[in-house]
Amino acid sequence: MSEKKIDTLVEVSHLKEYFNINTGMFSSKPLKAVDDVSFSIRRGETLGLVGESGCGKTTAGRTILHLYKPTAGEILFEGKPVKTKADIHEYRKKATMVFQDPYSSLNPRMTVSDIIGEPLDIHKMYSNRKEREERILELMNRVGLNSEHAARYAHEFSGGQRQRIGIARALALNPRFIVCDEPVSALDVSIQAQVINMFDELQDQMGLTYLFIAHDILVVRHISDRIAVMYLGRMVELADAKEIYEHPLHPYTRSLMSAVPQPDPKIARANKRIVLSGDIPSPLNAPSGCPFRTRCPHATPACAEAMPEFREVAPGHFAACHRVAELG
Amino acid sequence: MALLEVNDLHTSFFTPAGEVRAVNGVSFSLERGKVLGIVGESGSGKSVTAYSIMQILANTGKIVGGSIKYNGQELVNAGEKVMKTIRGNKISIIFQDPMTSLNPTYTIGHQLVEAITLHTQRNRKEAWDRAVEMLRLVNVNEPEKRMKQYPYEHSGGMRQRVMIAMALACEPDILIADEPTTALDVTIQAQILELMRDLQKELGMAIIMITHDLGVVAQMCDEVIVMYAGSICEQGTADEIFYNPKHEYTKGLMRSIPTADTAGTKLKPISGTPIDLLNLPKGCPFAPRCDNAMKICLHERCETMTINADHQAACWMNVKAAMEKEDQAASENGEGGDIR
Repeated sequence: MSEKKIDTLVEVSHLKEYFNINTGMFSSKPLKAVDDVSFSIRRGETLGLVGESGCGKTTAGRTILHLYKPTAGEILFEGKPVKTKADIHEYRKKATMVFQDPYSSLNPRMTVSDIIGEPLDIHKMYSNRKEREERILELMNRVGLNSEHAARYAHEFSGGQRQRIGIARALALNPRFIVCDEPVSALDVSIQAQVINMFDELQDQMGLTYLFIAHDILVVRHISDRIAVMYLGRMVELADAKEIYEHPLHPYTRSLMSAVPQPDPKIARANKRIVLSGDIPSPLNAPSGCPFRTRCPHATPACAEAMPEFREVAPGHFAACHRVAELG
Repeated sequence: MALLEVNDLHTSFFTPAGEVRAVNGVSFSLERGKVLGIVGESGSGKSVTAYSIMQILANTGKIVGGSIKYNGQELVNAGEKVMKTIRGNKISIIFQDPMTSLNPTYTIGHQLVEAITLHTQRNRKEAWDRAVEMLRLVNVNEPEKRMKQYPYEHSGGMRQRVMIAMALACEPDILIADEPTTALDVTIQAQILELMRDLQKELGMAIIMITHDLGVVAQMCDEVIVMYAGSICEQGTADEIFYNPKHEYTKGLMRSIPTADTAGTKLKPISGTPIDLLNLPKGCPFAPRCDNAMKICLHERCETMTINADHQAACWMNVKAAMEKEDQAASENGEGGDIR
């Protein structure tokens, strides 16, 4: 077991993030955005996190970085709990984030060098101005930005270049762990491939660990070692990327994988899609028992009674479904 | 005669910075009952092509040349009166964002009835019945109840169904779908695409599907047009475009998408960034980003060439390939003993 401990960089156990939603003047109700999620991320791996909008994947990513205070649960980074203010300050040097929207995540009134330099300023990572400048230019170089662009503002750049600025900012403190929240979904296909390759290269060069949140399953399948699937705030399946893509066990994952539009006409025509009926229920009124039962083609009355346990059904393959053994 | 014939269409936007030539000489025809996909990146002119057909361009936009013929009838410069009989009746459009295409201050029923009474002779009662019927057709459950609700009470997928119902209420011959599923989740996207396919078969209309997602194209389209910087690079049947691409841009696009087989390998992206439409180069617009660009690519644009009956492309590389074949054949004939 001691070997496994060293291997793990981030460990999340029973993480909960509830938001209070006012339902009347004096009444409120918890919105369970992330509900009892546990998983661990190994050093140097990319864990993909997929799910549909509103499933809680972004909230999970942000709570793991303590951008939101967790309602309950524990986050262990390199074996140590992250709890106090001092812990969090230290943790933020090692764990950073790349945001989805390269248009709104960069301050329009700051130059590129100030955007990339801000984390350095906050954590006082340099002893003189020259060192700061050098570090900024090195970071710009690293993400393929021209050093002449340091004095420009974000609006002068295209979407792909802006995302590079966001990545340079995330790399400024030499982090170990980066939460990438939909980093390529706002980009065009040809630019998307450039940025995906850059994430790959940075990981090789700097030994980074990623939590890669995205809704595009083909992108996640490409970049991830393991993939986790969320539905209505809960984790429903977690396994090796190839395994979960080829042999999904949970009925939701199955329909999700079959719904991916394959960029190949012959495969697309032959593909048997499992089209789910209905929409995702509101997380304010989640169904009793298994959250997926209202759309599940295999649901039985028993599914409405108890929440299925998220357990290891095959080596390294976790799923939360009552009927996983029968359906397998 | 083709249902829709677009010939050498040029559309420009006149901005303070200069003329942005968004569409440069686009020609294609659409047969009844076919699904045509237009793919390209942002700024490639795919949406502007669609808006030109509907003539719903922004104030600064203008069709500066070419013709658009619907059933033989010329639409360019036909005037607003003619367009009013075409829009919604003969050619309908659904937009990318179902969140903003419906008016939030009116009920779904009000908006559907308005569209139907505007385009047909039906009175309000008949229009209401027709609207309920249309909602049922697009698999909205409890349509009578839904009619009295406001857009905010519907999810994204539901709103897109309402938009489709509205677009199809007058039984158009052509449905233009501008990124209809881009704002939706994967499982909802699968529902909407399946619905569009079923309706297309049932009603026999033609669809122009505008998208950047090659997966959606592979699943939906009979024919495909690939656009770059306002021009058509390549067009042909879906199988030809996917399995036998003949333009360097299409090839690059196909290489750069992640698939199940690319895991653990490096993607092969197209280098550089999209072109500035204010300063189009003299030669092939893709040449500055093309790995195989030759001298001729930089100063002369390639004419559209026929690859086979189902396939056309505008790329000098095809000429180069032909020349190489020619040389090879010559050397084989001349020396007889060449390897191939």
